[in-house]
Amino acid sequence: MNLMDWHRRIERHTGLLVFGIIAVTSVGGLVQIVPSLFQTSLSTPVAGLEPYPPLALEGRDIYIRESCSVCHSQQVRPLLAEVMRYGATSKAGEFVYDRPFLWGSKRTGPDLHRIGGKYSDAWHRLHFMDPRAVVPSSIMPAYRWLAERDADTGGSIQNRMRALQLLGHPYTDRDIYFAPQRLAGKSELDALIAYLQMLGVSRPEGG
Amino acid sequence: MAAIKWPAAPTTYEDDVVLAFTIAAVLWSLIGMAAGVYAAAELVWPALNLDFAPLTFGRLRTVHTNAVLFGFAVSALMGTSFYTVQRTCHIRIFAPNLAWTVFFAWQLIVIAGAVSLFMGANAGKEYAELEWPIDIAITVVWVIYGVVFFGTIAIRRIEQIYISNWFFGAFILVVAMLHIVNSLAIPVSAFKSYSLYAGAQDAIVQWWYGHNAVGFLLTGGFLGMMYYFLPKQSERPIWSYRLSVLSFWAFAYSYIWAGPHHLHFSAIPEWVQTLAMVMSLILLAPSWATMINGIMTVSTARQKLREDPGLKLIVLSLAFYGLAMFEGPMMAIRSVNIISHFTEWTIGHVHSGALGWNALITFGCFYFMVPRLVGQPLWSVRLANIHFWLALAGVMLYVLSMWGAGITQGVLWLSLDELGQVRYGFNEILAALQPYYLLRLLGGSAFFVGAILMSINLFMTISGQRTVTVAPPTTSMRSPAPAAGTP
Ligand code: HEC
Ligand code: HEM
Ligand code: HEM
Repeated sequence: MNLMDWHRRIERHTGLLVFGIIAVTSVGGLVQIVPSLFQTSLSTPVAGLEPYPPLALEGRDIYIRESCSVCHSQQVRPLLAEVMRYGATSKAGEFVYDRPFLWGSKRTGPDLHRIGGKYSDAWHRLHFMDPRAVVPSSIMPAYRWLAERDADTGGSIQNRMRALQLLGHPYTDRDIYFAPQRLAGKSELDALIAYLQMLGVSRPEGG
Repeated sequence: MAAIKWPAAPTTYEDDVVLAFTIAAVLWSLIGMAAGVYAAAELVWPALNLDFAPLTFGRLRTVHTNAVLFGFAVSALMGTSFYTVQRTCHIRIFAPNLAWTVFFAWQLIVIAGAVSLFMGANAGKEYAELEWPIDIAITVVWVIYGVVFFGTIAIRRIEQIYISNWFFGAFILVVAMLHIVNSLAIPVSAFKSYSLYAGAQDAIVQWWYGHNAVGFLLTGGFLGMMYYFLPKQSERPIWSYRLSVLSFWAFAYSYIWAGPHHLHFSAIPEWVQTLAMVMSLILLAPSWATMINGIMTVSTARQKLREDPGLKLIVLSLAFYGLAMFEGPMMAIRSVNIISHFTEWTIGHVHSGALGWNALITFGCFYFMVPRLVGQPLWSVRLANIHFWLALAGVMLYVLSMWGAGITQGVLWLSLDELGQVRYGFNEILAALQPYYLLRLLGGSAFFVGAILMSINLFMTISGQRTVTVAPPTTSMRSPAPAAGTP
């Protein structure tokens, strides 16, 4: 029986075709994707990495809400010019508290993985209120309304931290208990800036 | 064989639901492209963000991708797959009520998705931004879609399952698998959840999803369309049946491996990246085999190719398919990806596929299908020809300007001066991109205007409607099998 005869059976049988498609398309995922889910070097934090404190976590969720990641990557590649421009190459262990990851796929704006500490809070504030006042050629949107909105208006910060605790982030019950206090009186802009200032600062030795 | 009792011939095909999907796809293409044009304009004139959160670039771009992918592309695939599966199985669709359920539920999902993204509910993964309640709804509707589609195949009155249906089938099965695995998350509230995976592992899962959603939706699903409508419209059987068999299985097997080429030089294991690069190069073979099969099929239909705007659109879309399928593997080579990654080059590649291939083949099929659904000739062939030229000019301007911008970024970002310092500041390079962004806006607008003309044309065709009901052939074809490759 040659190959085409054999195939003639598949294309006459719905179940065989369905089974064939599932079998053929599963191989790649099983061999390539599944092993990395068990590779501990990808899920071990670099020394000194802490889970995001409440204010920065709130800021990160605002970053996700506004889709900043469609214009900004958070991933420095091991290329000389890139390291000179942005800082040390990104390591897997720096992202273990990132759910979801925010590496991005497009740099309409600069990479932000090493933005922490690059500018003062005041610079960021000015920049978010009016990017073109700081960089005339900028095409980044202004984010004025963030300054007017209170952080955690939904009051869900404790639930969010508990969900992350469930997923293995080392928050203590005490951290969670005091979280609302850490956000009291802060605006969404404060939270976002707190997040940016934390980014990439706990880099591994020699990085 | 004699012992089996084939179902009696149904009286008509269920085509109203096909028409409903077609209209929805046209509307979503207009909405999605309007969002795309506006987003493109924001990159030229950032004041257009208007300090209004839902209109800011980040949110609007996400609405754009969701409206075109899940509104336009998926509605078009659902509609054409229902059209095709009935005609290639010679039977009325299995459970028409369920087909209608899929229609209404899917439209609600896309609307809810767009509204929630405007509001800022975003799961943060590209092409999987919708939050968990919508994700669950998608899973349920998708299963129903699968039941209707495979149910129709199971009760078919033709022995052989036509090649289009394998591609549509692979699209349905694989998208279900990808969606479920990638969307696993712990919910916090109705509008917020955290991914079950973190960091580098999340990245690997996400791009296994992201790349194969492109592979089995934007490539596989649309090849299902191609394999039915191209032979139909050119009145020629598929050139090589054997080639279509081989390229189908090679495509389904190798695409799945290529996802991590989106993560070159990132913190994921290097063997995963290298494997993805190799598999991306291998993928070139089945992809081009399919294109050659399509082009050879129409190669003798010269007369039709001159006169039929729908067929012209489909053939042009095959050329763009070939282009995107060549460019993709090139960009997957690590040394090329150094330049192209993170730049507008990717955007050019995306839209040479999305506009040149997906949108054009869909438009071509609609010009063929809608007149048959309503039993009226196309309202204006001339308008359709104008659409053809606007679309061609638009997509060329879009793709060329993004190549220019992308190579500029890719090269200048990495350029060092004699002292080993970064030669140009980020913002200097940004300022040089403005002309390209303007050209892209022009190209996108031309493409959009073309789509508006098509909507008018199809609307006029439909509103002159005579009711038709198309009946399947009455003789059972289950045996003997029809000649291979004839839909
Ligand atoms: C249209 C795409 C776009 C969006 C959306 C966007 N940005 Fe930007 N961003 C830019 C561009 C372009 C620059 C470079 C010019 C400048 O500094 O304004 C920039 C610069 C920055 C900088 C300064 C980086 C540096 O190293 O100088 C920060 C910080 C920043 N953006 C944060 C954000 C955050 C946070 C968000 C989401 C709330 C965001 N951006 C949304 C395009 C964007
Ligand atoms: C009038 C036509 C269109 C215009 C003007 C347009 C414009 C845009 C713009 C401005 C972006 C953002 C690019 C960036 O971030 O730099 C984008 C992204 C995107 N568009 Fe379109 N678009 C159009 C049609 C389409 C269609 C029809 C599809 C799909 C079938 C599509 C799919 C996408 C995808 C997938 C992305 C994300 C690309 C990525 O993340 O790399 N677009 N588009
Ligand atoms: C053999 C076929 C193909 C291969 C190997 C391929 C490869 C690639 C590569 C290497 C990238 C860039 C990743 C990066 O640097 O970030 C990319 C991006 C992309 N491609 Fe393709 N491509 C192929 C065909 C297509 C087709 C036909 C489409 C249809 C529209 C398409 C849609 C996309 C999209 C939407 C992205 C952007 C993803 C993102 O970053 O958001 N590709 N592709």
